[in-house]
Amino acid sequence: MSGFIEIVYFAAAVIFILGLKRMSSPVTARSGIVWAGFAMVAATLVTFFSPSVYGHGFFNLLLIVVAIGVGSYLAYRSAKAVEMTDMPQMIAIYNGMGGGAAAAIAAVELVRFSGGHDIGGGMVQLLAVLGALIGAVSFSGSAIAFAKLQGLMNKTLRLPSHQQLNIALFVVTVLFGAILAFSGEVSGFTVFLFFLCALALGVMVTLPIGGADMPVVISLFNALTGLAVAFEGYLLGNAAMIIAGTVVGSSGTLLTQLMAKAMNRPLSNILFSSFGSDSGVAAEEDIAGSMKEIEASDAAVMMAYADKVIIVPGYGMAVAQAQHKLAELVQLLEDRGVTVKFAIHPVAGRMPGHMNVLLAEAGIDYDKIYDLDEINPEFPTAEVALVIGANDVVNPVARTNPDSPIYGMPVLDADKARNCIVIKRGKGSGFSGIENHLFYAENTRMLYGDAQKAIGELISGVKQL
Amino acid sequence: MIEGFAALYIFMLAAFTGYEVISRVPVILHTPLMSGSNFIHGIVLVGAMVALGHAETGLEMLIGFLGVILAAGNAVGGYVATERMLEMFDKSSRGGA
Repeated sequence: MSGFIEIVYFAAAVIFILGLKRMSSPVTARSGIVWAGFAMVAATLVTFFSPSVYGHGFFNLLLIVVAIGVGSYLAYRSAKAVEMTDMPQMIAIYNGMGGGAAAAIAAVELVRFSGGHDIGGGMVQLLAVLGALIGAVSFSGSAIAFAKLQGLMNKTLRLPSHQQLNIALFVVTVLFGAILAFSGEVSGFTVFLFFLCALALGVMVTLPIGGADMPVVISLFNALTGLAVAFEGYLLGNAAMIIAGTVVGSSGTLLTQLMAKAMNRPLSNILFSSFGSDSGVAAEEDIAGSMKEIEASDAAVMMAYADKVIIVPGYGMAVAQAQHKLAELVQLLEDRGVTVKFAIHPVAGRMPGHMNVLLAEAGIDYDKIYDLDEINPEFPTAEVALVIGANDVVNPVARTNPDSPIYGMPVLDADKARNCIVIKRGKGSGFSGIENHLFYAENTRMLYGDAQKAIGELISGVKQL
Repeated sequence: MIEGFAALYIFMLAAFTGYEVISRVPVILHTPLMSGSNFIHGIVLVGAMVALGHAETGLEMLIGFLGVILAAGNAVGGYVATERMLEMFDKSSRGGA
């Protein structure tokens, strides 16, 4: 039987990798997740036949079934109910649960160890503790990320000498970890203190990070959870966990790097300095010109008689759930012969690809959706660039002003379009608190209001023509 | 059981695999992909089941129980979220010209 279990685990690991690969193309993506789903179900089912699962009595087995039932039910309900716009924080929370589970595995084994059981010793013990540390940090950190994105916790919180506190906490946690990793016997109390410190560390590291940086942090925690799962796989001698965990760890790291690069913010900056703290200075500089308002009906005319319109969606579109209205507007414009393209900044919204998901939800063909590099040369040939609730990702100072905190960040050149219409809720500045020179430009007109309402007005404007 | 250098080799090869597989993913699939890889580390459920399975004291059982709940949540939540997102891409490919 154990040979059979190994074969299923092996097959599951292979299918996970193939599934991830299939997710690399929009056409095969859906089948990729379905494949991986079957592999997961198979791996879970055969685990019931593992001697370490059924061999210790009926009560343990009952607990396992009940726990799987409870966890699955809660997760299924929440994942089905959540709005697409809230997906990022849900990914954060499911990821945190995985990290917590990895930490829990280590906790059970360490408690067993403190009770005199042999759990392997040496390298295995060290990796188990390392996985526990990473998993616990990912768990509590993801919970904070969730709270921030969900709006339960709006402010970035910095304690006095936060950084020093973090370093001290880190050192203490590692110290406890070292005791657990290298001792021949440990007390349950040390295990408890270790986990307490690790959980606190996750909270402390995540608290000062601003909402705009959250996607990168969630991606990082995702990679970390993968690593933690791989390490606990060593502890349990489970190849499927090692391979799947490591694959997620490395791919997640790459994804995190891509995101950090798109924001032109080294990962160390995101983790160790808060964005808001140094941006106040740049906001005070003088800006030539003023913001000029436009009526929705005039904006509609501009767009309806254009040859090419490039739409730049941002977080404001997500908040207002305006993607469906937008799809309607695009349809109307295309019926009039206007070429409509979408320009997606890598970090628009709260996750890379967040905008794509929303646009796909509204049924907008992904052939119309372009990356930053593809679309930037096209802005000068567009009559209208329509910016919907995006701010920092279209701020030209990132190209022009070396003193700006976002200088060097790749931005969409919406200012180079012949006309630029910006839909915006109010006159305030963006997430980063930096004034946007695009809004003051000669060829820019502001259309104030909630994105959904504003696009609705544009639609009726176009219809009246 | 996997031991010593064999484990190291697995680790290295899996790390390169993950890197290579992801490097060909277009930006539009980044969020579903993050969600998908989030689902895949839900395999931690298998480990949590083993941990709870051989738990003996009440404390071990309690921690193990929580572990399995969390792991099941990771796997199921990750799957449903990813599936819902990718389903939309499916629709748009059919709806497109």
